Amino acid sequence: MADVTPIRTAAETALAELFPAVKGRLPGDATIAGQRAEAFKSFVDAGLPHRRIEAYKYTDLRALLRDVPPLATEPSADAVEAARQWADPFAGVDALRFTIVDGHVVAGLSDFKLLPDGVEAWPLAAALSAGPVASGLMGRVAPAKSDPVLALNAALMTDGLVVRVRKDVALDRPILVRFLAASGAPSLIVTRILLVVEDGARATLIESHEGAGVAHHANTAVEISCGDDAIVHHLRANASGQAGVDLSTLGVDVGGRCAFTSVAMVTAPSLSRHQIFVRCTGEHSTVTLGGGALLKNRQHADTTLVVDHAVPDCVSRELYKTVLDDEATGVFQGKIIVQQPAQKTDGKMMSQAVLLADGPTMNNKPELEIFADDVQCAHGATCGALDDDLLFYLRARGLPKPEAEALMLRAFVGEALELVDDEAARERLDGMVAAWLAARA
Amino acid sequence: MLEIRNLHVQIEDKKILNGLTLTVNDGEVAAIMGPNGSGKSTLSYVIAGKEDYEVLDGEVLLDGRNLLEMDPNERAAAGVFLAFQYPLEIPGVATMSFLKAALNSQRKARGEDELSTPELMKRVRGAAERLQIPQDMLKRALNVGFSGGEKKRMEILQMALLEPKFCILDETDSGLDIDALKIVSDGVNALRGDKRSFLVITHYQRLLNYIVPDTVHVMANGRVVKSGGKELALELEANGYADYRTQAA
Ligand SMILES: Nc1ncnc2c1ncn2[C@@H]1O[C@H](COP(=O)(O)OP(=O)(O)OP(=O)(O)O)[C@@H](O)[C@H]1O
Ligand SMILES: [Mg+2]
Repeated sequence: MADVTPIRTAAETALAELFPAVKGRLPGDATIAGQRAEAFKSFVDAGLPHRRIEAYKYTDLRALLRDVPPLATEPSADAVEAARQWADPFAGVDALRFTIVDGHVVAGLSDFKLLPDGVEAWPLAAALSAGPVASGLMGRVAPAKSDPVLALNAALMTDGLVVRVRKDVALDRPILVRFLAASGAPSLIVTRILLVVEDGARATLIESHEGAGVAHHANTAVEISCGDDAIVHHLRANASGQAGVDLSTLGVDVGGRCAFTSVAMVTAPSLSRHQIFVRCTGEHSTVTLGGGALLKNRQHADTTLVVDHAVPDCVSRELYKTVLDDEATGVFQGKIIVQQPAQKTDGKMMSQAVLLADGPTMNNKPELEIFADDVQCAHGATCGALDDDLLFYLRARGLPKPEAEALMLRAFVGEALELVDDEAARERLDGMVAAWLAARA
Repeated sequence: MLEIRNLHVQIEDKKILNGLTLTVNDGEVAAIMGPNGSGKSTLSYVIAGKEDYEVLDGEVLLDGRNLLEMDPNERAAAGVFLAFQYPLEIPGVATMSFLKAALNSQRKARGEDELSTPELMKRVRGAAERLQIPQDMLKRALNVGFSGGEKKRMEILQMALLEPKFCILDETDSGLDIDALKIVSDGVNALRGDKRSFLVITHYQRLLNYIVPDTVHVMANGRVVKSGGKELALELEANGYADYRTQAA
């Protein structure tokens, strides 16, 4: 490589100094401590990813992350009380609720005691120290070494949730995890969820990321293991305000004859990157990924995903919608890998963006990497303004321009929200879109 | 009602309307006929307010108000309605929500109260029934996957619901089967009244047997080259446009 050994940026230095200073108070037994140290080393060796790293081409974290706030500490009773008052964006969704304030599970605001038979859940911090599932599975679905942001998460994760849905158990209420960034001073909040859905089981996980406009840095990892014949839905919503950084990783292992769906909705914060790694390891499964991003001002949101078909006869669908106003930047990088044994793979990926002004930038990079010969794969990307003729039609019927645009945009993003199975949750996400559009008008 | 004087319009440096003058009185049904490309749809778009067109000269007044200074939605609220020659498909927008948004936007612009959902549903269902539009079509995305004739009927349903005072029908008859032509014409005739005028653009005399016009105007090369009564349509049906093509050139 022609690259000169890079000088550490301020953010890298802060992160490098952070781990030795805090490792003593991070939860976990000796095995976990070892894994943390190893993950930290792989982060330090690589540094923050930059534009010459293909996966970060359009989201150069070395340039974009100027500083790193201190690691979040356990919230005070007052902070917890304040967070309790926050309006629940998923109010009306009949869910099992878990609350994480400033990276720490608040047991008093979590339904650990209401779990039905066959469903177990632990705060991650507890599971890391004595967990029956965690030590074996943690990092298996999403290996720390594979990505520097994930490595940071593995090194610094403070708390989160471990959920296990036993064989053939159909958990009909969604598990709703509210991540509340409540502290008034910026902090680094590192959390992880591990969801194990065993053979024949069903579960829905909803992540709601909420904040009050403080420039926190969040690093969240979600690992989901779907057994054979499992049906798993995952939703992620971030409407935490305009400030801060949100780096998230979703790693999923999909067994045979599964249906896995994940939909992410983003209107916040200032800089976000959601990376998804899905591996199909069992035949005849269907993976559906989708999302909507509504961005304004100088917001930057990146969705980077890899769907890896390792076995035959699986179907994958990706549909992403981005709406960009002002000088916002959207990034979509999607890769479908079809390994040589994965014959009869059926993959379709689409990323569509609407630009509402001259200032925004959309970077669309859908890719196929196919090593099998009998497959059906396609990808597409579109980017443009709203259709003037359609706008005229709506205006000629009496809708003022902002309302005509809002109607079209809601329908545009709504197509991705259609992928959400839970009607109440879908309505909440649609409400997020409506709120964003109303704020624009 | 509508007064157009010496209208000159171009699009992308191409001159399309060349000094068009036309008056439509209160309660009048005026038919416009003319060869393909003579500027009929252009005229309807200019009245409705499509932005691609550059008005070089002339006036368009609706009851004395200068339409050319108004946004398309303001014109709609003032009572202009255009039934499109090619109605557009609006993916993801349910027909019923669209109708509600349209009607309430217009009411709001006129300072009227919004219509409640039950009242709106009642009106829409009534209009749909009269136009023989199946109720389940109202749940589908507007015009998406509708047949050509269904789209045209949906235009008339919108017109019935919005109760405009100046209605432009741009080839609403094309794409309609014989029964639908009758249903749509009945729908239009039911809306005729002292305070409502129509500009009916068509290529076929047959429509004018159902919607009997008060006046017929021939358009060629971007102007009205002849005006007359309903018998003019019969004459055109028999002789074609040959005379007018040369005359206007
Ligand atoms: N966007 C445009 N750019 C260039 N020329 C245009 C554009 N739109 C319309 N025209 C031209 O303007 C002329 C008039 O078109 P218009 O659609 O008004 O005709 P029309 O009388 O409605 O025809 P028809 O009977 O076929 O519907 C045509 O020659 C057409 O090609
Ligand atoms: Mg035409």
